[in-house]
Amino acid sequence: MYCDHCGKRPATTHIKKTVNGKTTQWNLCAHCAAEQGIGAMSMTGFDLNDFWGSLFAQPAKVSPQDTVRCEDCGRSFKEIAELGRPGCPTCYRTFYDRLLPSIQRIHGKTQHTGKVAEKAEESVKKDHELKALREQLAQHIQNQEYEQCAALRDRIRELEEGETT
Amino acid sequence: MTTKWYQQSGTDGDVVVSTRIRLARNLNHMPFPSSMTAEQREEIIRPIFEAFPQDGTGAFQCMRMTDLSPLEALSMVERHLISPAFASQDEGTALLLSPDESVSVMINEEDHIRIQAMCAGLALDEAFRAANCWDDFLDSRLHFAFDDRLGYLTQCPTNLGTGMRASVMLHLPALQEKGVIQQLANTVSKLGLTIRGMYGEGSRPEGAMYQLSNQVTLGITEQEAIENLKSIVAQIIKEERQYREQLRQSPSLEDRVYRSLGVLQNARLLTGKEFMTLISHVRMGVSMNVLDTVDLNCISSLMVDAQPAALMRQAGEKLEPAERDARRAALVRDRLTKGA
Repeated sequence: MYCDHCGKRPATTHIKKTVNGKTTQWNLCAHCAAEQGIGAMSMTGFDLNDFWGSLFAQPAKVSPQDTVRCEDCGRSFKEIAELGRPGCPTCYRTFYDRLLPSIQRIHGKTQHTGKVAEKAEESVKKDHELKALREQLAQHIQNQEYEQCAALRDRIRELEEGETT
Repeated sequence: MTTKWYQQSGTDGDVVVSTRIRLARNLNHMPFPSSMTAEQREEIIRPIFEAFPQDGTGAFQCMRMTDLSPLEALSMVERHLISPAFASQDEGTALLLSPDESVSVMINEEDHIRIQAMCAGLALDEAFRAANCWDDFLDSRLHFAFDDRLGYLTQCPTNLGTGMRASVMLHLPALQEKGVIQQLANTVSKLGLTIRGMYGEGSRPEGAMYQLSNQVTLGITEQEAIENLKSIVAQIIKEERQYREQLRQSPSLEDRVYRSLGVLQNARLLTGKEFMTLISHVRMGVSMNVLDTVDLNCISSLMVDAQPAALMRQAGEKLEPAERDARRAALVRDRLTKGA
């Protein structure tokens, strides 16, 4: 198969694009592909993950009086909405309430349950441990495994009273 | 030289080629890489370079991506050590690589830090332990951006929560032939997983290689995500093996395997696409014991060494596609006749 563009060299790059259900395909040689800005391994500008990864499937509504800016990177909510991405980690905290619907749309959930960073607040770790312990306790009670419950109850009480030994 | 993970085959190697765990991490009070200045990029790289062991047996190779030749960078994508986007070698990006290349840390890719651990075959727990250990190591030295509700804060909201992407590379020639991959993709997407081509995002499947990974990262623990992936992989393996057994009943399978081996052992020109198609048939034949003169490790190595950038790196120069096809054919011929 020869290059669709120059017709001289063999085509080694094959690009398929589907827009509104209509599929078009180009077969280009390395030379013409490079001219089009398509190198080996390069993406062709549009990436599905970018699409889903954007915080906003539709432009978010921003009121003109909105003056709040992220204290770390200075980005406003309007700028985040336009770019589809926050500027820094603090943006997530600054605009938490307004970003939450989009985050829920992506993940279906809004509360982290996994690993906790070491230097995150001690209280976060405690909350996670408490939640896990309470779930274990409920499970044991449901299974009528009462011998394990005492130790779990002690640990829960300990954490609730603020002792983290 | 140490044997690299991609030169081996592992658990359930007939279907699972490799396993990868990737953790996305960012530092507090610093813009995400896409809006960082050159100085800020340096501020991220320096402490990480200093933290990693650079002497002794476990020493990591520390490199700035701009110091590498484009060929070296591309061949790293072929070895799955870095992402395709990272191979564009932007200013202020850096890489750490363990001696056996099973752990890599990309600095200033989409996130400040991306820790990646790779294993041959199906080894999700092992890969997670490795990635998690380096995460703990960095966590004790740096201040990661973390929120009690949203977990690890990442540039792309699709990674919020655990920041973990667990992937397995699957060789599914029988399911592909049966024409059920699309159906499989629809099913796994309902279970919070996604199936893509060999090099991940935006790449097309070559040689019946597919990457299956978790999509949801928030509201699910690392362990839950891994268990979820494990159970789906187990089902896919079972299906793939069942259909391979059905194929075994027909004489055309053995014919296809030996015919493909014949071309690979004799061809003087092999395009990348033809090589992937034929080696896929041979790989299936070897894993089904239809063919016993070649082993899976040899195939795993070839699948990396016969890629375009690897060939050019070996040759030490840039090659035109036709020259590459000749070199690829020579390499494949040499490796596959040695074993026979």
